[in-house]
Amino acid sequence: MFLSAENMLGGYGETTILNDCSICVKKGEIAVIVGPNGAGKSTAMKAIFGMLDLRAGNIIFDGKNISDLKPQERVKSGMGFVPQTHNVFTSMTVMENLEIGGFTNQENLSKNVSEVFKLFPVLEEKQKQLVGELSGGQRQQVAVGRALMTNPKLLMLDEPTAGVSPLVVKELFEKIISIARTGIAILMVEQNARQALEIADNGFVLVQGENKYTDKGSKLLSNKEVRKAFLGG
Amino acid sequence: MNDVFRRSLVFSTFAVAIVFIGFLQSWNVALGIFNLCLISATMALGVNIQLGYAGIFNAGVMGFAALGGLSAVIISYKPVSETISLGGLGILICILILILGSALGVIVYKSNLSQAYKKILFPLIIIVVLLCLNLIGAPAVERIEAFEPAASGFLGGFGLPIILSWMVGGVIAGIVAYLIGKITLGLRSDYLAIATLGIAEVIIYILKNEDWLTRGVKNVNGLPRPVPYEIDLQESTWFIELCQIFGFPLVETSSIVVKLSYCFLFSMVVLTLFILSEVALKSPWGRMMRAIRDNEISARAMGKNVKARHLEIFILGSAIIGLAGAMLTTLEGQFTPTTYQPLRFTFTVWVMVIIGGTGNNYGSLIGGFLVWFLWVEAEPLGLYLVELITSPLSETNPLRIQLITNAAHMRYMMMGLLLLLVLRFAPKGIFPEDR
Amino acid sequence: MDFLNALALITNYILLPGFTYGSQLALGALGVTLIYAVLRFSNFAHGELMSFGAMICILFTWLGQSYGINFGVLPTALIFLPIAIGFTALYCFFIEKFVFSYYRRKKSDPIIFLIASIGVMFFTAGLIRFVIGPSDQNFNDGVRFIFNVREFKAFTGLEEGFGLKTSQAITILTTIILCSILFVFLNKTRTGKSMRAFSDNEDLALLSGIDPNKVVLLTWVIAGGLATFAGVLYGLDKIYKPFIFLQMLLPIFSAAIVGGVGNPIGAVVGGYVIALSELFVTFAYRKVLAYLLPESMEPSGMMQFLSTDYKFAVSFIILVIVLIVRPTGIFRGKTI
Repeated sequence: MFLSAENMLGGYGETTILNDCSICVKKGEIAVIVGPNGAGKSTAMKAIFGMLDLRAGNIIFDGKNISDLKPQERVKSGMGFVPQTHNVFTSMTVMENLEIGGFTNQENLSKNVSEVFKLFPVLEEKQKQLVGELSGGQRQQVAVGRALMTNPKLLMLDEPTAGVSPLVVKELFEKIISIARTGIAILMVEQNARQALEIADNGFVLVQGENKYTDKGSKLLSNKEVRKAFLGG
Repeated sequence: MNDVFRRSLVFSTFAVAIVFIGFLQSWNVALGIFNLCLISATMALGVNIQLGYAGIFNAGVMGFAALGGLSAVIISYKPVSETISLGGLGILICILILILGSALGVIVYKSNLSQAYKKILFPLIIIVVLLCLNLIGAPAVERIEAFEPAASGFLGGFGLPIILSWMVGGVIAGIVAYLIGKITLGLRSDYLAIATLGIAEVIIYILKNEDWLTRGVKNVNGLPRPVPYEIDLQESTWFIELCQIFGFPLVETSSIVVKLSYCFLFSMVVLTLFILSEVALKSPWGRMMRAIRDNEISARAMGKNVKARHLEIFILGSAIIGLAGAMLTTLEGQFTPTTYQPLRFTFTVWVMVIIGGTGNNYGSLIGGFLVWFLWVEAEPLGLYLVELITSPLSETNPLRIQLITNAAHMRYMMMGLLLLLVLRFAPKGIFPEDR
Repeated sequence: MDFLNALALITNYILLPGFTYGSQLALGALGVTLIYAVLRFSNFAHGELMSFGAMICILFTWLGQSYGINFGVLPTALIFLPIAIGFTALYCFFIEKFVFSYYRRKKSDPIIFLIASIGVMFFTAGLIRFVIGPSDQNFNDGVRFIFNVREFKAFTGLEEGFGLKTSQAITILTTIILCSILFVFLNKTRTGKSMRAFSDNEDLALLSGIDPNKVVLLTWVIAGGLATFAGVLYGLDKIYKPFIFLQMLLPIFSAAIVGGVGNPIGAVVGGYVIALSELFVTFAYRKVLAYLLPESMEPSGMMQFLSTDYKFAVSFIILVIVLIVRPTGIFRGKTI
């Protein structure tokens, strides 16, 4: 396993949100966390990224226990994170967003920029435009592109399709698949459970902070209980 | 009980300090300081209502205090009949035009005319009003100001007892606060602070430059007093006899009696305001204010009209500051627009409230007392410190002379340090707000 | 010819002083706006920082003069400006370390920062008055005019003319250079971009590995430097008065807010808007109109909208109008 978060237990203040929750991803694979509202999906991701102190559990990343590292240090060790909101610098151009993304990775800057542009050609066209003026889908591409600038080995996406038009969702997922093809592990929280599971190698269905179902994406899609409870039949 | 003990301890410490000054310097000085302490406490109570109850940052304290001072002049100074006959009518017409123009403006604003019309009408009204003021007002003002400029050159006042001006000062400050609050209270807190800072500056500019009203920088001296004059006391037989019976020195005793009379009047005001403030704070109204302050969004969601409540509190607090301003001018017996400095009036009062404990009326009292006490005593203290530090230098060393002449300004440094230290290490102040 | 005469009058009494004063306001407002953009509070101590910078410059100028140092036709103070900037930046560094960094770590409310800045303002105001005293200081020892009205008239043959003061030329030129440097820094350099990123989205900037302490300290140093320039240039152009800087807070804040707080271009534009409107509104147009209108229509009054005494009120009125009509300012503010 490239990333395995084991038996996470934690929450905000007194309340417990994650209850013995485990998530894992392999290199080059896509793992998707789905579940009803308030199941702790985003919280699980934040815990993996170090934005939430855990009361129990370990996070093993690339063979090392990183449970005590701060988010910034986790970025250095190879994690990339795209928050759900406020994930771009709106007052800066596309190019500047990528440059800031690669702030600590100056030597590979131009190489990484051209790779991001290869992945998201539209960004190359609009590289001098302010991100605040872009459409929702394009902003998400900037956000993902920014996170890729650190050459992460694991990319975490918190609801990347939130607020993006349905037509663009498909395109965005295709991009995510092609990112995974380059050998990057991808962990994603999604509201669009059905579409997300279609592209997922592994799926984690969380309910009240616990792993309810864990299986291959395709298996979850065909699992009757899962379909009934979470995918609307 | 703990609270009561704590309060008594702090207040009696202050009392001891005043008594100490009484013995060390003189009772005259001690009472003089204490009277200003009372006025400071009044201002602090006013600012506390705004800052403590509602979290409104009013950086225009100076302006409201000056308005109080102006009302003291207008109420108490005897009317100058010559200037009134020269230009009184013109001024009156101007005031009417101003009121009419503002009313017209409000009518246009509230009417359902289209934006395009409004855009034309507003500047039109403003231009017409300005033109009228220039044509009618300017000559009248010129005539008034030309009359014996060295001694008079202004309209004077109504010649009423000056103590009336305390109330009038509050009312004037309240009315101005209403106008200002209407415009600025929707703003974010730091914009509000900047806007009110500006208003205060504008008010002071008006008071400095409209000589027909205030004599401007020529000051208004000799305002009548609400208490006896020292010289009258010294000449009245009963007082002379009283002094002889007790063996008091006549001149000193007379000035102490005058100060004590002021002290009595001011204490009455402070006590009344304090009780009213406490009652208001503990009332449902006060609780609502604090609820709004602590969580404006949820208060608004519960249907509270936040802006209207803020306006109430802004008017109330400013009125109290106006009252304090009138008291101050009464005590000084003269109105000097140039003495109104934001450091001395606005920000020092903030320091009083914050050090005393924002939101706590006992805190405002003691904050007003202590900070004013320090403000005054910082001067001898600073001088002593500087002399100590520079004592190795020779008497004629220019650096030493320079520092000793500037030693009084150490009080600003002290205020700043005090504020920073309290904010950092005891942000709740001497008496934290009761929850 | 009459038109040229009118233009010369306006240049002498409105345009030149307006652009000079506007430049001084712009430099002050830039500092306020940078602090706001990065630290997210309105720094009430900024006026005193300007005063502090000017004071240090004056002290060194006196010291230099006592050793016979001078800068020829230019004011000696310019030689010592870099030293003053260094001291002011150092002072800002201490302020950040001992006052603001604590509240930043605690993520205090902006209003707490504001109160702390008032504490700093008090302290600095006291320090300045303690060291240099409360009275006026004139420290401009250079040549006063590049060319004066008389020379201009003789050269052009016009009835009216304008003179260009050395301090005006220095102020306007310095401001253009400083603003250019600042904008290149913010838009082209890696550090400048990291400042803008931090201002735009602090959390994301942290995730990208930007060191917040570095950004904040740098912001203080830049703001302190700009404040020193503003204070010294203002003092050279007019006179150094310790108490004037508290009054200048109002036009400076107005400039920053009118332009859009947090937006450097806005701060510069706001500075000129405020300064020029102050002069346009308080200028007596009688002579100008006398040139432009036919003789029969020559005005008798001063033709002045507002008495010069109310100069500061103009910036306030503009501020209030902007806050009501367009609170985000001319250029949408908030981030740099």
